[in-house]
Amino acid sequence: MKIIILGAGQVGASVAENLASEANDITLVDTSAEHLELLRDRLEVRTVCGNAASPYVLHDAGAEDADLLIAVTQSDQTNLCACKVAKTLFNLPTRIARLRSGDFVDYPELLNDDNFAVGFSICPEQIVTDHIKRLISFPEALQVLEFADGVVSLIGVRAFAGGPLIGHPLKAIRYHMPNVEVRIAAIYRNGEPIMPEGDTVIVPGDEVFCLAATVHIRQVMRELRRSDQPMRRIMIAGGGNIGFRLARSIENDYNVKLLELNPRRTEMLATQLDRALVLRGDSTDEKLLENEGIDETDLFVALTNNEEDNIMSASLAKRMGARRTLALINRKSYVDLVQGGPIDIAVSPAQISIGTLLAHVRRGDVVAVHSLRRGAAEALEIVAHGSEKESKVVGKAIEQIQLPRGATIGAIVREHRREDGRLVRHEVIMPHHDTVIRSNDHVIVFCTHKRLVRQVEKLFQVGFTFL
Amino acid sequence: MRSYFPVLNAMGLIIMIFGLLMSFPIAISYYLKDGAHIAFDTAVLITFTSGLVLWLLTRGKRRDLRVPDGFLLVAATWIVLPVFGAIPLMAYLPDLGFVYAYFEAVSGLTATGATVLSGLDDMPVSINVWRTFMHWIGGMGVIVLVVAILPLLGIGGRQLFKAEVPTPMKESSLTPRITETAKGLWITYILLTVACGISLWLAGLDGWDALIHAFTVAGLGGFSSKDASLGHFNSVPVEIVVIVFALLAGLNYATHYLALVRRSPRPYLRDPEIPFFFGVLALSVALLTVYLTQHNAHSDLGSTVRYVAFHVVSISTSLGLATYDYTMWPMFAQMWILFLGSFIACSGSTGGGIKMMRAMILYKQVFREIVRSLHPNAVHPVRLGGQPVSDPILHAVLGFSFMYMVSIVTMTLVLAASGLDIITAFSAVVACINNTGPGLGAVGPASNYAGLDPFQISALSFTMILGRLEIFTLLVVLTPVFWRR
Repeated sequence: MKIIILGAGQVGASVAENLASEANDITLVDTSAEHLELLRDRLEVRTVCGNAASPYVLHDAGAEDADLLIAVTQSDQTNLCACKVAKTLFNLPTRIARLRSGDFVDYPELLNDDNFAVGFSICPEQIVTDHIKRLISFPEALQVLEFADGVVSLIGVRAFAGGPLIGHPLKAIRYHMPNVEVRIAAIYRNGEPIMPEGDTVIVPGDEVFCLAATVHIRQVMRELRRSDQPMRRIMIAGGGNIGFRLARSIENDYNVKLLELNPRRTEMLATQLDRALVLRGDSTDEKLLENEGIDETDLFVALTNNEEDNIMSASLAKRMGARRTLALINRKSYVDLVQGGPIDIAVSPAQISIGTLLAHVRRGDVVAVHSLRRGAAEALEIVAHGSEKESKVVGKAIEQIQLPRGATIGAIVREHRREDGRLVRHEVIMPHHDTVIRSNDHVIVFCTHKRLVRQVEKLFQVGFTFL
Repeated sequence: MRSYFPVLNAMGLIIMIFGLLMSFPIAISYYLKDGAHIAFDTAVLITFTSGLVLWLLTRGKRRDLRVPDGFLLVAATWIVLPVFGAIPLMAYLPDLGFVYAYFEAVSGLTATGATVLSGLDDMPVSINVWRTFMHWIGGMGVIVLVVAILPLLGIGGRQLFKAEVPTPMKESSLTPRITETAKGLWITYILLTVACGISLWLAGLDGWDALIHAFTVAGLGGFSSKDASLGHFNSVPVEIVVIVFALLAGLNYATHYLALVRRSPRPYLRDPEIPFFFGVLALSVALLTVYLTQHNAHSDLGSTVRYVAFHVVSISTSLGLATYDYTMWPMFAQMWILFLGSFIACSGSTGGGIKMMRAMILYKQVFREIVRSLHPNAVHPVRLGGQPVSDPILHAVLGFSFMYMVSIVTMTLVLAASGLDIITAFSAVVACINNTGPGLGAVGPASNYAGLDPFQISALSFTMILGRLEIFTLLVVLTPVFWRR
């Protein structure tokens, strides 16, 4: 597939990195030549330097025969303009734009083909904010991901001594929770994946990923570790885009303090926020943290643009008595260094936000793609299509499907519709070896390694070879 | 040497317009043949001629008004116009004396409603119309009217407007052109007055009483055509109409204007003062009803609610009409409604006091200081309706509120020194500076200000103008800095 990515910032670079390893032709466009040079050395991509909204630059980038345009520059205006140019001049079929401002989303008619011609818009800041919000409502989890419109959730939890399931084989789970259907999708021990079998024993320190209906999540989590007290006091370091959005969305439910260094930014934050307390100061200032009661803080969230600062301030907060810490960290090597140590949860904004983007790039009917463990593993939500003859999955029992090793089918969400097509309910099925997949089922597949994704996608494609 | 001729020129113009406005009661007087037309004829003649002479003499010195000119013009207008407003009263009641007639005219133009006259029921209709017509003109503002009809005041118009309109947010304007803003406010004001008059008439008042009381209510004045004020009619529908329109007049006219122009109720929902305005009033009515029921002030719950609701609204919005001698209530209840008058009316309304907006800013500033002492690093701007209040405005509000209290204390001491008892002195000052009208004690709703001596009356005339011009406009002109070159 020929893909043009506009903007080689954090988001653009991670998308490029993810897609370049999947045999796509990628062209990166950015105004900064140095930026592009760095990426060209690291990735297998072509680069064009120039204004992303310019027709000539798009032409140079090969817009004429490209399949997909991903406009993720810093500026909404550039992204909108580029989509319009790509549609009008080059008739580029799929256009995705990053829109930070919610204003355009409120007027969807502006984005249709007659106007800005944005096929699909994403707001990475909002996605990251939602992700952190979910982590706050499940304070014990490392990751909380939702599938099938939130019917099924995948959670990553670090097993702690004292959880009822710890030290027991997985098959005991059925006796612990007879009413709850849960599937342990993967276990990582010392960073290495283990295929969970019935007699695998969970030991303290394991990262356990399990799938369950969203309503059962809390119950499942209790089995794996003692549940923590609910969060009440939250301190956010960094009042940038994500920090502000997060503070605004949780200020009514929690006691929120927001730290920001820039005086003008603090004025703006304090004007826009109703209940959160905005503090001017450095998040690594010990005195300030102490005065603001860091030792009574339930969660310290470091969300500045600088990942080193985030690591330092979160570590400091942890040492001074914050109960849990969360930090935005993009670099994978840093995550391995600090997660589980001073920092309880490391969130990679790039990994989280590109999931939605990747779903559009992937073939077949991929509804959602979520990266787990900073992109090492992936969970896909795919809709099974076609008849028994055409498809390699529809009408087959799980044991008959030739899944590559390392991939497991975690759950199936079956839509029950009335005769007039109205959706009645979602049924969550935890598949057994004899469960038969039907057409239109949403299948959640868990891949312990990213390279398996392509094979799984192929499996679900309606094969023309059968015709 | 600064020239004051341009100011005098503009004043001549204003005095002429004021003279022309007097033709309204003259027409009524001739129509009804009520015997007061000679008084008005004299007044119009004197007023118009004075204005014309002043204007002609200074015509050659006309130029755009500068910032200090604006203050001087507004202050001088408010001091001089009542002199002319008093002429018909003096001409009709020769025994009244200038000091008392001037007080009555000031009370009229500042929409206060404190009166020294009795035997109102037997006065000619045109005299009573003139008294309340002054309420009506002064309520929205003479200068605003002049700016609306005479664009020739030029650039100075905005400055004048700021000096007269009672609001802490002096910079906000509804339309790009100040003339349009003034026109919009006056049209809204006229519509509200007409609606009020028709409602009063439907509620059972005769045509003239409806007109007089519509002027009083829209301008939040307080004069009535009856000695017993609104209590004369003893009618629940009339009281309800007055309550409703007093509440409307107590809101910001700019909000009414926007709602009218956009034909949508959204401006009301966005006005940050409105929830507090109604909230405090509703709470006060509820608490006073409970309190007075326990003290058996009235025979039954129905009449308690009726009198409490009427007087809370009437006194706190600075209207000042009464249906009952509330000085019979326990002192706590009297003080409460008097104090409410210091801050209930919204900015940009025709009411008095420091205005709800300033009260909200003060309260938020206090809260901000508390937060700041607990969290030294906290950034906590004072916000109003989602917008930050800038430091200059905040300082102006703090300074104003301080001067407001200093004025009350000073004037109370002055009156006490002249021999008034402290309750009368204090309540008279508060009632005058808030432009409410009736006070407590000897100046309560059942009596009037006629019992005070000329010195006390003059002091209270000054207090009323001080309150109407929100202290600073008058104070600026009275400081040596203003006159120094």
